[in-house]
Amino acid sequence: MKRTPTDMPPVAATHVRENDPRWVRATLIAITVLFLGIFLALPLASIFTEALRKGIGVYLASFRQPDAYAAIRLTLLVSAIAVPLNVVFGLAAAWAIARFRFCGRNVLLTLIDLPFAVSPVISGLIYVLLFGLHGWLGPWLNEHDLQVIFAVPGIVLATLFVTFPFVARELIPLMEEQGSEEELAARVLGASGWQIFWRITLPNVRWGLLYGVILCNARAMGEFGAVSVVSGHIRGLTNTVPLHVEILYNEYNFVAAFAVASLLALLALVTLGLKTAVEWKVRRDRAESAASREGSTP
Amino acid sequence: MKNRSLTKGLAALAAATTVSISSAAQLLNVSYDPTRELYAAYNSAFAKHWLATTGEKVTILQSHGGSGKQARAVIDGLGADIVTLALAGDIDAIAEKSQLLPKEWQARLPNNSTPYTSTIVFVVRKGNPKGIKDWHDLTKPGMAVITPNPKTSGGARWNYLAAWGYVLKQELGDLTKLHDAAKAEEVAQAQTKARAFLTALFHNVPVLDSGARGSTTTFVQRGLGDVLLAWENEAFLVIKEFGADKFELVAPSVSILAEPPVALVDKVADKHGTRKLAEAYLQYLYSPEAQEIAARNFYRPRLDAVAKKFEAAFPKLTLFTIDEVFGGWAKTQATHFADKGIFDQIYTPTAK
Repeated sequence: MKRTPTDMPPVAATHVRENDPRWVRATLIAITVLFLGIFLALPLASIFTEALRKGIGVYLASFRQPDAYAAIRLTLLVSAIAVPLNVVFGLAAAWAIARFRFCGRNVLLTLIDLPFAVSPVISGLIYVLLFGLHGWLGPWLNEHDLQVIFAVPGIVLATLFVTFPFVARELIPLMEEQGSEEELAARVLGASGWQIFWRITLPNVRWGLLYGVILCNARAMGEFGAVSVVSGHIRGLTNTVPLHVEILYNEYNFVAAFAVASLLALLALVTLGLKTAVEWKVRRDRAESAASREGSTP
Repeated sequence: MKNRSLTKGLAALAAATTVSISSAAQLLNVSYDPTRELYAAYNSAFAKHWLATTGEKVTILQSHGGSGKQARAVIDGLGADIVTLALAGDIDAIAEKSQLLPKEWQARLPNNSTPYTSTIVFVVRKGNPKGIKDWHDLTKPGMAVITPNPKTSGGARWNYLAAWGYVLKQELGDLTKLHDAAKAEEVAQAQTKARAFLTALFHNVPVLDSGARGSTTTFVQRGLGDVLLAWENEAFLVIKEFGADKFELVAPSVSILAEPPVALVDKVADKHGTRKLAEAYLQYLYSPEAQEIAARNFYRPRLDAVAKKFEAAFPKLTLFTIDEVFGGWAKTQATHFADKGIFDQIYTPTAK
């Protein structure tokens, strides 16, 4: 490095880029392309080539297996329960945190982030320790013939836990940035709480919410660790799609394993596409609202 | 529209879960890793047999995983009507920690409750490039041995004990010396040698997977290692699935008679009202039809007639039992595999 930060001219990034020698730029680009190729493009391509290795007929037949069908149905059911619940929790938490200053607010924020910090295996074990036969609530549940872990409720709980932060985390900064001026205005004009929520709050955050829902759904469908601990791996009953992929792979049924895995890969691609679209929309909305706010200030 | 199919799905699932609790014609068999193919075949045979004799339809659900892990899940409340695990010690753990079945479970069915047996053999790459013939080849420097973790895998514990027993057999010649007080010194020396041998062997293990299937995948798919220590049935399966042009089975001179037992989980079966069905399921494992299914899935049958029929299919080697060499599972578990046991002492220092 010849230049020190102090004599670096305060210019736009584009200017600096032009100053870099051609070989530096070429190397950096090559490294990036190589990295993306090895870690993203190749594995993705390998999933689909492995899945289609014995032809499209075998590929499609993999989904007609009753166990595969049951796994897909269970995964859809779990995310159909977990995602809406997390939308409600996420909205409530984000609203409380963004709109109010209260004692314990930071604790709440940290708690929301907890599932990100905790390993998914631990998240699963928590429920085993709570609801297992020798857990805190196990004996009571057993007496009343209620099965939580090694059954659908446990899988839903574990999924809820690991996907909890996605919606709230997406909404908090958005709501903080937007401020509560519009809501206060509505209140002054005599709107009720629900009216404010449906007409102001929700429309304002709808794109951010959608973004959170997409991420939450992708994680709910793809979660492996936590679900693996509480599932019990009963075929056709408590196996989700990711667990089913593992089973097929362990049974040397590689084509079917990759075929089912390709479903998850497709889900990831769709998620990525939606996420990009929503991100673009959010950025444009924010720019617009910023511009209108700037325009309105005298 | 999406909503409607969702509700349908929900209703179907609710129905499915209720069925699993109330209907008597459903069994959950919690098993270990390599029995997937065996029980897939046996379950349909038993369902046919049950329908023919009682007119009742039966669905058998399967769960597979590392034997120790599966036992843990049953202890924690996985509703297994029957367990078919890799070793008696894991079922002992269920009996002891959760009292779901009596401690004397192993005496309830013939042959120590093991309707089929297996042993531990080697799988090597085609042509046996490293020239592996017997256990002593595994400790040569530079040899990479693939075996799962004895802490979590039943198969791995059998691997470990087979190697240990081999050294004792080499040193003592006659294993009855183990129970002869006059030969105590000779036995102690042999045990020291066995410990050194296992230390050298585990020094050659680059990775410990948690289950037998994981190790097989490491060896076969990822191409790691020169030799895989495996269940005999798993070794045959690898050769069947991947071709004799890629892998070979090597039978050592001496190995252990591995007895994977089966048991009724009394309290769960009684709660589900499936005791009669579950008992019939286990007893039918000893029938000629089931014994043939076991043999075709590379498990050694117990029934003499079937064993004779499939005699040529299995390699001939000297087998010793865990009872004669190690004095049963409870003792073995405590000495070798418990926390700070011999395995911990010999493996930790060489761990990279």
